[in-house]
Amino acid sequence: MIENLIEIKGVKHAYATASGPLPVLDGLDVSVPEGSFAAVVGPSGCGKSTLTRLVAGLMKPDEGEVWLHGERVRGPRKTVGMAFQNPVLLEWRTIIDNVILPLEIVAPRMSRADRIARAMELLEMVGLTGFENKRPSELSGGMRQRASLCRSLVHKPDVLIMDEPFGALDNFTREDLWQTMRDLRRAEPFTTILITHDLTESVFLGDQVIVLSGRPARTQYVMQVDLPDDRTLDVLYTPPVADMLHILRDQIKIAQGRDVEVH
Amino acid sequence: MLGKIVVPIVAVLVFLGLWEALVWVNNWPNYKMASPSDLPPAFWKYKELFLVMGWQTLWRTVVGLFIAVVVGTALGMVIGFSRIAREALYPLLIGFNAIPKATLVPVISLIFIGQHDFNTILMAFTISFFPIAVSVGIGLSTLEPEYRDILRALGATRFTIFRKIALPKTLPEFFGALKVAATLAFIGTNLVEIVSPHGRGLGALFKSGETNGDYPLMFAVLIALAFLGIILYYAVVFLERIFAGWAEREAT
Ligand SMILES: Nc1ncnc2c1ncn2[C@@H]1O[C@H](COP(=O)(O)OP(=O)(O)OP(=O)(O)O)[C@@H](O)[C@H]1O
Ligand SMILES: [Mg+2]
Repeated sequence: MIENLIEIKGVKHAYATASGPLPVLDGLDVSVPEGSFAAVVGPSGCGKSTLTRLVAGLMKPDEGEVWLHGERVRGPRKTVGMAFQNPVLLEWRTIIDNVILPLEIVAPRMSRADRIARAMELLEMVGLTGFENKRPSELSGGMRQRASLCRSLVHKPDVLIMDEPFGALDNFTREDLWQTMRDLRRAEPFTTILITHDLTESVFLGDQVIVLSGRPARTQYVMQVDLPDDRTLDVLYTPPVADMLHILRDQIKIAQGRDVEVH
Repeated sequence: MLGKIVVPIVAVLVFLGLWEALVWVNNWPNYKMASPSDLPPAFWKYKELFLVMGWQTLWRTVVGLFIAVVVGTALGMVIGFSRIAREALYPLLIGFNAIPKATLVPVISLIFIGQHDFNTILMAFTISFFPIAVSVGIGLSTLEPEYRDILRALGATRFTIFRKIALPKTLPEFFGALKVAATLAFIGTNLVEIVSPHGRGLGALFKSGETNGDYPLMFAVLIALAFLGIILYYAVVFLERIFAGWAEREAT
């Protein structure tokens, strides 16, 4: 019986490289309840992006199982939305036409007016009203990432998979986007896996933070984050959050294979 | 807009003026170097021939170029999508491209004896498909994986990904290559018209000028060729504006 919307059990995977197989994942377990938000952190190159590709059905694991909604993932599915560090907006399309792109694949029968209405709703939520007819190059990095978020949500996916989406932004813009993300979650029901290298981000956005070990990655540590749903940035400066960040910091050191005093 | 029209025209006039002055100062006779003022009479004298033969050159070039676009794009897709095909085809393509095309004219003329239009188009195609194939191939094979994945993660087919993402994304490179290919196709057409003369095209007119010692005619043909080349080039630029205008950055 599968209760969680995302369920990853005992996943192992190795890439074939010129110098033989490179084990990347080894004993990965992740459970994300419906509507909940899982933040995944881990050392660079440990296999986080590989994890997103497995959940998205872009590749199959050598061993183990990936379940979405009680179904084995065997390939790509229309109920997934993806966002990357690079917003990958198409320069030959306006912002609104970029946002409706997934609908052209997922809902070929939907009328253009309906698609636009849906996209405008999202653009308004992220504060991009008035920019719908601009080209991506006319927007700032933060605005592009907002548009990219809209695109990954426009077809109302069950699962949102984000691979370091805010990684290339400056601190203030990143904090703005955290709040946008929090507001989107309240407005739309989706279950999220967020890859990040920012511990503060993982605590602010996540309902749980999953720490992966160094390559080959296994699930090293899972922290439940019990903060109110309507948390504001101020919560980041409270003692419970400081403690959580401290523990996560130590776990990352362990994952990187360094000695550490256990708290 | 004014600058875009006036500046090139002034440049051409300055060029013609310098040419005229050069011939005049050196007091060169016609058989050494015709001067611009000799050209209008030459054009006028053979105006029907210029129209008919110019058209023959132009349509055969355009057809050859069109086939080069179709075949070059198809080859580029194969190279771009399949690593095995890339490794297999690159040496062949590069080797083929390295052959001086003038040496192919007699070969082609012998294989397809008398098929003059076909031979000419074949040469225009042969000489011009390479840059198109390479640019499309490189454009597709260097597509960042994220661009593919945003649609692939939704279960889009390879063809949909090609149509919605890969193709539009490579259009700027494609048009860059098409500008080169258009000029090359011209060279191909003229090569056949001059090396294997069969009474058609501006190349044949050039040949007859040469045979009759009509030097102003020969220079007039060169100018006509340059003129056609410019027209074809700007036709490509026009298409580029329509289909890949988004890639143009505002000048700052
Ligand atoms: N297609 C591939 N073929 C071979 N090796 C790969 C492939 N993709 C990734 N790898 C290797 O697998 C390891 C894990 O890659 P992955 O991209 O999943 O790591 P990551 O945790 O996302 O890294 P980062 O923190 O830098 O984003 C890396 O060492 C990488 O070099
Ligand atoms: Mg990564």
